Amino acid sequence: MIEPPAPGDRPPTAVGLVGDVGMVRRLKALALTGPLHDLDTRKALQSGADLTVYAMAELGLHAIDLVTVAMDFDRGADHDQVLRRLVPLAAAQAPGRAATEHERVAAWVLHSLINVGNVNRGFDAGYGTLHADGRYERRRFDFKLLVELADPHGEIYLRATDEAVTVLVGALDTDITSAQVAAEVALDTLIRRGRLADARAAAEAARYRTVQYAEQLRRQLDATRRNVLAVDWLHAVPALVDEALTHVEQRYRHETAILTHIRRYRDSADDPDHKRQAADLVTIVGDCIRRHTQLQARLLEAGAVFRAEQDRQQFATAPARGGLDLHAQLLVPTLALPAGDAERPAQAFFPGAVGVRAPRAPRILDLVDLLLRPPVERDPLGVEIVEAELSAFTEPPRFDDQTWAGALRLFDVDPAVPRRLSALLADARRAGERDVAELVVLLALHAVSPRIDAARQAGDETLAVAVDDGTELDDPEFGGADLLVGRARLVTPAPPPGATATAGTAVAGAEAAAAAAAAAGSGAAAAGTGVGAGAGGG
Amino acid sequence: MQEAARDAARLLSFGLRPRLVPARDVDYRDLVRRYLRDNGFAALTQAVAAGLGLVVLDVSERAGIVPVGAEDSAFAMRVGDYARRAGGEHRAADRLLHALAQLAVAALAYPRPADLADASYVGRVSVHGVDAFVREACRVLEERAAEEDHAVDPPLDAPRLEAAWRLYARRASTGTTRDARRLAGSTTGIVARAMNVLVESGCLVPVGEEAGGTFRTTPRYQVQVRELAADAAFEELLALGVVTVTDGAGTVRVLDDEPVLPGVPAPGATDASATDASATDASVRVAADV
Repeated sequence: MIEPPAPGDRPPTAVGLVGDVGMVRRLKALALTGPLHDLDTRKALQSGADLTVYAMAELGLHAIDLVTVAMDFDRGADHDQVLRRLVPLAAAQAPGRAATEHERVAAWVLHSLINVGNVNRGFDAGYGTLHADGRYERRRFDFKLLVELADPHGEIYLRATDEAVTVLVGALDTDITSAQVAAEVALDTLIRRGRLADARAAAEAARYRTVQYAEQLRRQLDATRRNVLAVDWLHAVPALVDEALTHVEQRYRHETAILTHIRRYRDSADDPDHKRQAADLVTIVGDCIRRHTQLQARLLEAGAVFRAEQDRQQFATAPARGGLDLHAQLLVPTLALPAGDAERPAQAFFPGAVGVRAPRAPRILDLVDLLLRPPVERDPLGVEIVEAELSAFTEPPRFDDQTWAGALRLFDVDPAVPRRLSALLADARRAGERDVAELVVLLALHAVSPRIDAARQAGDETLAVAVDDGTELDDPEFGGADLLVGRARLVTPAPPPGATATAGTAVAGAEAAAAAAAAAGSGAAAAGTGVGAGAGGG
Repeated sequence: MQEAARDAARLLSFGLRPRLVPARDVDYRDLVRRYLRDNGFAALTQAVAAGLGLVVLDVSERAGIVPVGAEDSAFAMRVGDYARRAGGEHRAADRLLHALAQLAVAALAYPRPADLADASYVGRVSVHGVDAFVREACRVLEERAAEEDHAVDPPLDAPRLEAAWRLYARRASTGTTRDARRLAGSTTGIVARAMNVLVESGCLVPVGEEAGGTFRTTPRYQVQVRELAADAAFEELLALGVVTVTDGAGTVRVLDDEPVLPGVPAPGATDASATDASATDASVRVAADV
């Protein structure tokens, strides 16, 4: 406590000043509860409905709870997720009211805690301090309860600030470790006495403590990633890590014991209400253990993070010299100045950096036009999208029906007498159509590897087959092998299923060309490549 | 003579269309070459500029002609021109934040002193990167303030005496709005506004949407910062008696690559890698020791 300065003009002692620090802490802790009380004072002022039936501060605490519980190392809670869970709590307070009102209340509470109406999205409170010379000075304490942050993908999420977590736990400005030990002991006793409702509260408190620890460590690691020198890795962090590891070890042992305890209680309890409470508690303690494990994993990695960052940062190439250092010589000194003074360098920098802009100089005539022009009405849906009428695009066939007829007629050779491709070409040219010759070559190529199954399914009796016997094609337009083109008769495969497997049996009944076709397997493939190359070159 | 005067004015008018570069326009390029070759024409151009209230900072084939408005010139843009919308108690704060945002963009675009001198250097900045950069500087200043004094809170009812970094640190970095746009009063909103103005005046070129919008610098921006803005701000600081002596090696280290740290997935790999904005989004990762 601070002693009021004596009227006798005696300056306060140093003891008074030390006490002052504690006073400031208590004043700030008190201020933190302000926004919650404020919710209840402002609820009556809400227009449209009578919201006084809701216990707003309670909902506010729930909201902070929800966000805190959803917080882990990397992310926080979703707006919608928090609202979804907050609405049933509002509904429980006023079951008779409309669902839309519950939603409105939940949103109002959450937005008030973020303080959406304030440009800083935060709160402030004033307090005074007494100086050694008896001077009284008023100061402003800025704080936030819930902050909105964006992840790298631009999604916005909520995190509870340290201050908010402190408000929740209710243990203002206390040593985390000892408070947690106390909480654990209380929990243990409560369970033994069967007072589960209280036990639940204690278990939840324990969980918030754990979150707080994790948050501290996360900050240190984040700062390390930015700059290893900014964090004291010689004393402070090793001490924190050691302390936290010991803490995790103790808590883990403790909570596992408690968990076994409550499980037994849960399974043996007769009162369904007690049973449910115990089950809830099992979930909470289980969550605590999960968080401890997570924290422990991070703690074990902390050293590795430091070493990796040290390698990366300390051994980076030394930058070249010269010029003005914008960061150290302009930005940081400007930020350090009082706002009134900082304006001068910052505003001196501005016009130079932004450069020129051509001033707008409208003529008076244009101005009149501009002013008289009716406002453009914006359609929120935009212009109507015209449904495109799509017509199917079919490519015209390369060869017309007449050409096909001519080529197929040529291919209709007597199964007994295979013909050479050169002879077919000569026939085609004699008919006088250039396209027929080209189609004949393509059909002959196709016949090198005929689709036997397809032909059989189509019910064809014979099938064109081409075989390369090594003769060169001597033609002005096409090159490659002078294929032997014949027709093979299709037979239905023999009854044993094993025999149908090979295509060879299908053409076994072929005559003339079949003799050559016996060697088909590899020969036909070779002919295919040979003719293919030749036809392209023609 | 009239011909030459017209050409000189024409060259200046090209310079007043900041997004135009000589590489894109043959006439512009020829005039720039003439300026560089012909001393008489250069002197004439400068005289025309002076008459209009402009100062020619630099003429080069990369950047073209870089004129800036002299003090009180109709061509100069001031903070008030675009931070005007905020009213009431936040007006002064907003003006300062907008001006600081410009300073921060330049500081991150040219993190090392050598970058400002090297005409071929192209900086890369993102909205989230700049915000994280300033917040880190604020954090360091806060730590320093905490070491010096127990009572770190600013005085009540004297906003002009409050340190500038507090203003920045206190402002929300982002926030939801009804129509899913960026919250204009948040620091990322202010930084994004600063960057968009720079895009309009040909100082930055957008290259992507990641990290709240990513941009690269143009030669024009480098000239403006190096030749005018930095010196003007430095002089003001000198006038206020704030002199920071550095060894010229730069206090910001630019790290080229980013090793994958244990437990931290590569940036952008999954949602789980999202720490707060400061950790992963800057394409140039910076570390500042003040």
